[in-house]
Amino acid sequence: MLEIKGVAASNGIALANAYCLVEPDLSFEKIEITNIEAELDRLQAAISKTKLELEDIRDSAMLKFGEERAAIFSAHLLILEDPEIFSALEAKINEKVNAEFALDEIAGMYAQMFESMENEYMKERAADIRDVSKRLLAHLLHIELPDYSRISSEVIIVAEDLTPSITAQLDKQYVKGFVTDIGGKTSHSAILARAMEIPAIVGTKEATKTISHGSPIIIDGLDGKVVVHPTDEIYKSYRLLEKKQTEEKELLKKYIKLPSMSADGHTVEIAGNIGKPEDVDAVLENGGEGVGLFRTEFLYMDRDELPSEEEQFNAYKMVLAKMEGRPAVVRTLDIGGDKELPYLNLPPEMNPFLGYRAIRLCLEQTEIFRTQLRALLRASVYGNLKIMFPMIATLDEFKAAKALLLEEKQKLVDEQVAVSEQIEIGMMVEIPSAAVIADLFAQEADFLSIGTNDLIQYTLAADRMNERVSYLYQPYHPAVLRLIKMVIDAAHNNGKWVGMCGEMAGDEIAVPILLGLGLDEFSMSSSSILKTRSLLSKLSKEKLAEQVKHVLMLKTSSEVEQYVKNLQN
Amino acid sequence: MEKSFKITASEGIHARPATLLVSSVTPYQADVQLIYNNKSVNLKSIMGVMAQGIPAGAVVTISAEGSDEAELLNKVEEVIIKQGLGEKC
Repeated sequence: MLEIKGVAASNGIALANAYCLVEPDLSFEKIEITNIEAELDRLQAAISKTKLELEDIRDSAMLKFGEERAAIFSAHLLILEDPEIFSALEAKINEKVNAEFALDEIAGMYAQMFESMENEYMKERAADIRDVSKRLLAHLLHIELPDYSRISSEVIIVAEDLTPSITAQLDKQYVKGFVTDIGGKTSHSAILARAMEIPAIVGTKEATKTISHGSPIIIDGLDGKVVVHPTDEIYKSYRLLEKKQTEEKELLKKYIKLPSMSADGHTVEIAGNIGKPEDVDAVLENGGEGVGLFRTEFLYMDRDELPSEEEQFNAYKMVLAKMEGRPAVVRTLDIGGDKELPYLNLPPEMNPFLGYRAIRLCLEQTEIFRTQLRALLRASVYGNLKIMFPMIATLDEFKAAKALLLEEKQKLVDEQVAVSEQIEIGMMVEIPSAAVIADLFAQEADFLSIGTNDLIQYTLAADRMNERVSYLYQPYHPAVLRLIKMVIDAAHNNGKWVGMCGEMAGDEIAVPILLGLGLDEFSMSSSSILKTRSLLSKLSKEKLAEQVKHVLMLKTSSEVEQYVKNLQN
Repeated sequence: MEKSFKITASEGIHARPATLLVSSVTPYQADVQLIYNNKSVNLKSIMGVMAQGIPAGAVVTISAEGSDEAELLNKVEEVIIKQGLGEKC
């Protein structure tokens, strides 16, 4: 038995076999061969096996994720069966080299040819060639490649890191949890694990090196540890714990239909964060009273070109219709930083989090922005739409974004397209400059939504992706709490409502503080909604409003944490 | 036997249309070449077609030779027009 420590990024316990997404060793030697015929047969056999494998992946991708994802594998099949590549391979093997070497040479040559093309899109095709050649090489070497889209029994994924596109292909039915080498509480894999309501341990540094494929493991998302090859005794105790958690989940179900009300009768709104239209289902299943954050960038990711106005319109319409008149706050495109769109061809930056991203990009590349705004405005008649702009640093940015929105609205009205008259226009407060002058923003915006993930990293100047400074990611730092208070007070003084859509809104230490400060809307991962509503029902807003005054005078994050914990006991 | 087309799709023949074209001709026995800019590539080769980097506005000629060349060319024409890739010229 072995224990690996990490950061608990998503609660819960999972017991299953490890599924390692590790690149296997595909190294080989160049060999001079004598029997050319036998070598060609070997190549042909590997091609046939690869073909069957790709067809299988394509079919299962088609069933699970639809035509668009399956198309990638259709293209891979054509590359595999490309007659030009095959003749080149044949010619190379005729020079008396082994098939592995021939493949490496030819695929490398083609990949380089595409990489040297001017067109960015063509450049990326090099990755397809390398992908197919890797699969074929593995078959030549009789090495099995791990393939996450074909998982069909319960597993815990072990990987260096999970990209959004990998996680999007995992089948929730079988994936019981994640363990990653890198990443922190707010990395994409962590956020996605919470959205999928499965436990995750991130930042273990060495999981992929120590856990072998197929080993039985336990992830303890409460303690932040992974147990590899547990003893029978440990295994049994975790099974028991798992059972207890399932029962607790059962108990929380009674809060699905209850209002979000404190013990002293103060109501707030508890909403869910979503990335894709279908995530709305989880919000509703957990009794969310609204969508507090629709991260629209997910509509733009994992594809080759910008989504059309029509495609976006359908996505927004679906969210609004499913919410049946409950509020849905849509954040306009927040790309840049750690979220890249290869097809936009943006140059790499030294400081992407402080660079050309979100509203900065949208206000310059206005065609992209206008398309999104038109789609949103057209969808507005299907529900209760609220639009907010991300990364606002100056009043001018907000005014410019709002002006573009109103321009597009006028155009639609002139074209006699129906647009709702009730759309609220707000903004994210996630840059300290915006928090400090929230009083000025509150005069212009219909609402403010505090984005704590970025607000914390900008306030403490600590990159949330960098593990070495992750100790500085302190949600309860007095500076962060005071900024939050400023924003809430500024909104209320101007008769506006204020929400929070960062991870902090569902945090059990933060919730009592936020309630005391008067936050109106708490938006979080769907999986946190019921727990937060249950916590809220035990708190007194009136008492907390007094206690918070003391909290704001505390000197450190840990003092705050301790104080709030003591209040609850 | 050959037919010429003017490509009108705004992105030209990039990966997706190339995939469609190549997979539509592979079932046929005839040899088929795609000629653009005096350069000829095997239309059954996805790599060859993509490497041509055919942009919008290009005029391409498809030349087929073999027992089912007429059927093949009809199929190509159908795909190009139905998928909005281009028009006959």
